[in-house]
Amino acid sequence: MLKVENLHVEVAGKIILKGLDLTISAGEVHAIMGPNGSGKSTLSNVLAGKPGYTIIKGSISFDGAAIDELSPEQRARMGIFLAFQYPVEIPGVSNMEFLKAASDSIYKHRALEPESSMDFIKRARQLSALVDLDQGFLKRGVNEGFSGGEKKRNEILQLLMLQPRLAILDETDSGLDIDALKTVSEGINSYKNSDNAVLLITHYQRLLNHIQPDFVHVLADGKIVRSGDHNLATELEAKGYAWLTDTAA
Amino acid sequence: MSNSEINKLIERTYSAGFVTDIESDTMPPGLNETVVRAISARKKEPEWLLDWRLKAYKHWCTLTPPDWGHMNFGSIDFDSISYFSAPKSQADRPASLDEVDPELLKTYEKLGIPLHEHAALAGVAVDVVFDSVSIATTFKKKLREAGVIFCSFSEAVTEHPDLVKKYLGTVVSYRDNFYASLNAAVFSDGSFVFIPKGVTCPMELSTYFRINELNTGQFERTLIIAEESAKVSYLEGCTAPMRDENQLHAAVVELIALDDADIKYSTVQNWYPGDKDGKGGIYNFVTKRGACIGDRSKISWTQVETGSAITWKYPSVVLRGDNSIGEFYSVALTHNHQQADTGTKMIHLGKNTRSTIVSKGICAGKSQNTYRGLVRVSPAAANSRNYTQCDSLLIGDTCGAHTFPYIESGRSDAVIEHEATTSTVNEEQLFLCQQRGIDADKAISMIVNGFCKEVFRELPMEFAVEAGKLLEVSLEGAVG
Ligand SMILES: Nc1ncnc2c1ncn2[C@@H]1O[C@H](COP(=O)(O)OP(=O)(O)OP(=O)(O)O)[C@@H](O)[C@H]1O
Ligand SMILES: [Mg+2]
Repeated sequence: MLKVENLHVEVAGKIILKGLDLTISAGEVHAIMGPNGSGKSTLSNVLAGKPGYTIIKGSISFDGAAIDELSPEQRARMGIFLAFQYPVEIPGVSNMEFLKAASDSIYKHRALEPESSMDFIKRARQLSALVDLDQGFLKRGVNEGFSGGEKKRNEILQLLMLQPRLAILDETDSGLDIDALKTVSEGINSYKNSDNAVLLITHYQRLLNHIQPDFVHVLADGKIVRSGDHNLATELEAKGYAWLTDTAA
Repeated sequence: MSNSEINKLIERTYSAGFVTDIESDTMPPGLNETVVRAISARKKEPEWLLDWRLKAYKHWCTLTPPDWGHMNFGSIDFDSISYFSAPKSQADRPASLDEVDPELLKTYEKLGIPLHEHAALAGVAVDVVFDSVSIATTFKKKLREAGVIFCSFSEAVTEHPDLVKKYLGTVVSYRDNFYASLNAAVFSDGSFVFIPKGVTCPMELSTYFRINELNTGQFERTLIIAEESAKVSYLEGCTAPMRDENQLHAAVVELIALDDADIKYSTVQNWYPGDKDGKGGIYNFVTKRGACIGDRSKISWTQVETGSAITWKYPSVVLRGDNSIGEFYSVALTHNHQQADTGTKMIHLGKNTRSTIVSKGICAGKSQNTYRGLVRVSPAAANSRNYTQCDSLLIGDTCGAHTFPYIESGRSDAVIEHEATTSTVNEEQLFLCQQRGIDADKAISMIVNGFCKEVFRELPMEFAVEAGKLLEVSLEGAVG
């Protein structure tokens, strides 16, 4: 589904990703771990097409087609979804209105009639209950005045509403209390199926107790320096990153 | 759609409006007593009105244009303006929609203007024009039954001279300011509304059925009177980009509310703003003021300003009656080289008077957007309150937003609150929208609409929807 080859990326005159390879197939869950500042968010932003990131070498393809040149909205409509590490607020634009606009544009891309407002609202209510957000949140401005944990749960609500093909979750588990972590994990698990894929970016083993990854990668200094199965995460939790970064250097 | 395409569209839309042959019915440029007399004579006005115009003209001669606005434009040559031009003859108008620029029609469509209004807006010379003629007739009948007078200003002068004489110039005197004096001297036509005691106007008075009478000209004058306990909601303007060959507009609006009366005045202004380089465009200098003469009366202004090259307007309320209420809700959007200096004045004279000001300025391109507001509490106005909220939203970094709030309080028990914010549509918000599949133009319009929510809430329902779309069309191409 996603194929990243030898990716080199520059941001603000600085080279952050330095030859990154990653292949994700349908039905898989990948986790990326790595020290602060190693380039994890950079990777997710580049995949989503955020302006300001220059690919100086390498390529990204999605379902066999190169997407380097596509706008963020085109990629989103193809099914790439990014849950943000720091979700921003959009005052005055209700969550519901926002989600409907997003959903309609994705439906349109697939040449489908937009979902009826009735059905949409019904679905939104069900799913917001699933992520433990009161229905009032649907009427509030996007992330407007939400607590940190509520913002993260709202990202999962968007994920569930939009049903993308590839979900990139950038530290969605950070800042969650124990119950919220469970709720968010359940949300992600309910999304997961054999046709879609998940890329989890996390610092903590505890998320991986709820969602078992098929692959764990360590990103350090702009490269994947080690890949393994979920046991690698346990090892990292015990040993930290130094033993990997040292050998990589 | 790209910026250049939009601008092309707008240019084409308006080009027809500006190039017109001088018609024989147009007076030679320049203003003098003879012109004022001629205007009055042509309208067969009574002597008292001519006198009033002449006094206004003489006063105007002593004035110079105000220069305190936060704006920059060349001086206007008042001698080059023709102060009377008859409405275009039928023969000069397009004979059918087939002759109308398809791009203009596309814009109407985008704005969701009902099909049957397209012809009227585009100036088609027909009255096949739609069922709206018959709707208008039905409406007029209903209004008459309720005792409401709603007619053109000229008609009011003929049919209801006592009412006009009693109230004309009582809120905005002919001495008020340069443009108000000019208007008083040469005003062409406008609207007159009278709601008698105890009557709630049975419908919103909108341009909807005034579009047949669009050509009220550049010096429009409106007078609305609500007697004791009367109630009315008046909608001015139109979201469709309007064609007009006159560059200078100086309108005057006077509202009068007696005891317990309630006037709600909503405006959507979308005159030609000029091209992307700032060429052309309407200069719009408006004096709008309401007087809450009666106790417990209420006047509420809501405006959505997106058009004009220059906007200079301060819809105000004089709170004379005890317990009277004044409100001002405003969205002013500027793009490209537009300049807007707008705001309000709330003059508290009566006891327990309250006023609310919510101003939303949206500023894109190379435009300048200024809020200028005055809250004055006179020594007699015991227990008065004002709440002002003044927010600016910047799109890009080549525009300017400015806020000039003036507060003059003559009482220690006055409660005056002022909140101001400036924010930008930031990349992160845009990216969030795009990442969810929403394109940049739609994202901007959503963010801007969200920003304006408190004002749109004040607009009559269908107007609010139109206003939302209008912002969207006005901002197309605001981000690269
Ligand atoms: N716009 C930018 N301008 C300058 N430097 C940037 C920019 N974006 C990212 N960087 C730098 O790139 C490096 C990688 O940042 P990134 O956010 O990808 O790290 P991360 O792996 O997600 O870290 P964390 O675990 O703390 O979230 C950092 O050193 C960061 O300062
Ligand atoms: Mg990060």
